[in-house]
Amino acid sequence: MFHSTITVKLRTSILDPQGKAVEHGVHSLGYERVSHVRIGKYIEFDVDVKDRAEAERITRETCEKLLSNPVMEDFSITVEEKKNKVHA
Amino acid sequence: MPNVRFGVIVFPGSNCDHDALHAAGTVMKQDAGFIWHKDSSLGNVDAVIIPGWFSYGDYLRCGAIARFSPIMKDVVRFAHGGGVVMGICNGFQILTEAGLLPGALLRNDSLRFACKDVYLRVENSDSRFTGDSKAGDVLRIPIAHGDGNFFTDDETLNRLEGNGQVVFRYSTPAGELTEDANPNGSSRNIAGIVNEAGNVLGMMPHPERACDAVLGNTDGQIVFKSLIQSFSFHEVVHNLS
Repeated sequence: MFHSTITVKLRTSILDPQGKAVEHGVHSLGYERVSHVRIGKYIEFDVDVKDRAEAERITRETCEKLLSNPVMEDFSITVEEKKNKVHA
Repeated sequence: MPNVRFGVIVFPGSNCDHDALHAAGTVMKQDAGFIWHKDSSLGNVDAVIIPGWFSYGDYLRCGAIARFSPIMKDVVRFAHGGGVVMGICNGFQILTEAGLLPGALLRNDSLRFACKDVYLRVENSDSRFTGDSKAGDVLRIPIAHGDGNFFTDDETLNRLEGNGQVVFRYSTPAGELTEDANPNGSSRNIAGIVNEAGNVLGMMPHPERACDAVLGNTDGQIVFKSLIQSFSFHEVVHNLS
């Protein structure tokens, strides 16, 4: 069993108005040195396969086919083996 | 005028389906019916309308989930075969997600939901959706969206313009293309495009909400009238049967 985590963000060439608005808010709090705020999505799921490469392939394909739109978004993934521990 | 059979797709969360049916059926006096998104076949229709508004709650991305509805397979088949498909607002977003139209619709650059009348300049009056107008005509049509910022790379934009695929642009009432007239930050003020073959239209503004004279504005009829008239020389087959 593997656990995948995925981050989807607007491509860096695309203006992120949400990020800009949040950046203004952060500056208003007094944190003037914060910059380049980008807002994205976080997605996680389990993949019930034995092989890591297979888990990575499935995760990548879901990103390419559904979870991100390549016209406007980039994604990054991490795949970790899931140990038998209780998840909060 | 030929009698065109319109099919209006209904997704969970669609709410302009009745407006589209009213415009095509009651106002334009054509055959119009609903098609449930779980149906696998469009049946006997000449034109498909994919209406607004928040299909599947806009989860993940606007239009991303609706693309997987059973009916969309047949919509793609129909479009590839030359069938007329019109995507309005959320329908436009669905058509880009389904790969029937290029580009994507980003969050409005204002970050605000925009709900008002805008002006559209007709860029190409040779399309099936604008044949009843002249290039340069200006229409007043309502918009109502939060994600209408049309985006694609420069190469695709140039190709769209070169092929005459840009049908409508946001303009001033006098037809000038200004930044202020652009309600959402769309690239090059683009409000509506067709695919390369010219049978699939996507537009963010709502022509179906500007058809009935009772509502005080009939500018949207141009789109329906043009489309209906285009059938008289494009396809007359079903009128013979």
